[in-house]
Amino acid sequence: MSRTTLRTLLVFVAFAVVVMVLPAFVNDFRAQQFSYVGIYLIALIGLDILTGYTGQISLGHGAFMAIGGYTTAILMIDHGVKDIATIPIAILVAGVAGVLFGFPAARLSGLYLALATFGIAVATPELIKRFEGFTGGGSGVNLFGTPELTASLTPVRLAGVELNFNNWLYYLAWTLALAGYVIAWLILRGRTGRAFRAVRDSETAAVSSGVSLTRMKVIAFGISAAYAGAAGAMFAIATTYVNPDTFPVALSIFLLVGVVVGGLGSLKGLVVGAVFIQFMPLWTQSISKKPGAPAVVYGVILILVVLALPGGASGLVSRVTQLVRRGQDFPKP
Amino acid sequence: MTVFFQQVVSGLAAGGVYGALALALVLIHRATGVINFAQGEMATFSTYILWTLTANHGVSYWPAFAVTMLVSFVGGIGIHQAVIRPVERGSQIRVVIVTIGLLLLLNGLMTFIWTGEIRAVDSPFPGGTLDVHGVVISYRDIGTIAVCLGAVVVLWAFFQFTKVGLALRAAAVNPAEARLVGIRVTWMLGLGWGLAAVLGATAGVLTAPSVFLDPNMMQTVLIYAFAAAVLGGIDSPIGAVVGGLILGVGLNLLGAYVDFVSELRLPAALLVILVVLLLRPAGLFGTPQVKKV
Repeated sequence: MSRTTLRTLLVFVAFAVVVMVLPAFVNDFRAQQFSYVGIYLIALIGLDILTGYTGQISLGHGAFMAIGGYTTAILMIDHGVKDIATIPIAILVAGVAGVLFGFPAARLSGLYLALATFGIAVATPELIKRFEGFTGGGSGVNLFGTPELTASLTPVRLAGVELNFNNWLYYLAWTLALAGYVIAWLILRGRTGRAFRAVRDSETAAVSSGVSLTRMKVIAFGISAAYAGAAGAMFAIATTYVNPDTFPVALSIFLLVGVVVGGLGSLKGLVVGAVFIQFMPLWTQSISKKPGAPAVVYGVILILVVLALPGGASGLVSRVTQLVRRGQDFPKP
Repeated sequence: MTVFFQQVVSGLAAGGVYGALALALVLIHRATGVINFAQGEMATFSTYILWTLTANHGVSYWPAFAVTMLVSFVGGIGIHQAVIRPVERGSQIRVVIVTIGLLLLLNGLMTFIWTGEIRAVDSPFPGGTLDVHGVVISYRDIGTIAVCLGAVVVLWAFFQFTKVGLALRAAAVNPAEARLVGIRVTWMLGLGWGLAAVLGATAGVLTAPSVFLDPNMMQTVLIYAFAAAVLGGIDSPIGAVVGGLILGVGLNLLGAYVDFVSELRLPAALLVILVVLLLRPAGLFGTPQVKKV
């Protein structure tokens, strides 16, 4: 095992330990907020695989989250499936949707892909409303208080510890997020990850080296959508309710903001992006209560990051560590 | 048959607006090579300026209109200089993300300044209607179509017959050589953004009387404009307008005669985008892109 791999592993384990003991130190409300951070992290990892590593922009990832969320909600309410059992199915359904969308999307480059995915984000709420019999239309699907929703009525016992709904939610979300992180890391460090980066950096060079563009783009879309599906399923469970406005265009855009702030093409900064999406509106509201203020801050920060800090949070971290290390090289006077 | 023509006429008016906004998108695409996702919010912002001037400060319509267009023009140039120019030469994804940032920023700013409440905006045209063999045409629709077509003609003449228009085309096609012959490329691209902002403002001002003004007013119109621009060919001004008209009439007829589509106008527009991009990426009037490798 190389030194960098070892260091990555150590940092990851330390982070996982912090995540696992955190609920003991924060109140119930915070635990709920942090579980949303975990949920966003899942979606951001997926989006980063597609946009950061493969270079395929998506302004419509909220739509894949909607597919995951509605799969979970419909399975729970119409078919009486337990919430945890719906998550793998939601991942599968969203993943298949991603692959199916990947085939036409693979033929679209840059701008046109941005357009098509943006159109999907805008059209999704309308499609959900239109197919009322299946999705519950505008009034949505309520999951709260159903026996399928774990820990919603009575606390759940896990390894001898009694967990209320918010703590249960926290551990479920972060278990998925950490597992998703490891899986993404394994995918990206291997052959597939190299092929993804080749497609991003130069399509011509990738083809010349025997990488199939369509194949890699479709795979990236599939994996990415599967992550979004998991995040969507968790989102439905966490909010205990889904309706067309649970997955608005804004959600897709916030995911893009999160992945840019965290750092495109790097996994380690994504937690910062997830924290940013969850807490930025709250921080802004403490400065100005006027509606619209959070969107202004989102917009300004998004532009500033692209202009001044293209690597996002992880770029900042590596720049600082580089500076520190360079400082150490100088002989002390 | 009367119903049919009725739908065609109101479709043309809606299509004119899509065409105007699509034309703004095409202008920016030709100047900077990107798609401006903030075009809709820029248009709405301009419309708010008009509303503030007429409703809050008692300025009469046409002077307020002129001021609005001037502010939009300067604003468009300002946006280009401040945030687009620094990323223009980089990857397209970065420019797209910046325009998304602008979308968020402007939308938030409008909600911040004017709240999310809906506002009624006056129409510049009289309220009456014209009866042509049973087909009722409102003066408003005629005005909308006339303004949109007028904007296209003026713009075409500007590009075709003026020196600045020629310089602007040169700067967009080949910035390096344009610079060599003494064209100030940066200002020309900025000019493109300014003109696009004016066109967008026109679309916004024409849309507001029929749907009420709120910060999200142009978001769906922007999707139709995307579809129109793609249908006509993203680099073709004529295509944008024809695409807008086809889309306006087509969606209206579909909505009137095909029950299933009436609530699925946005997904239908999305379908247009996808089908055109997959089957004929250059659109109806665009020039196919040839990539050198």
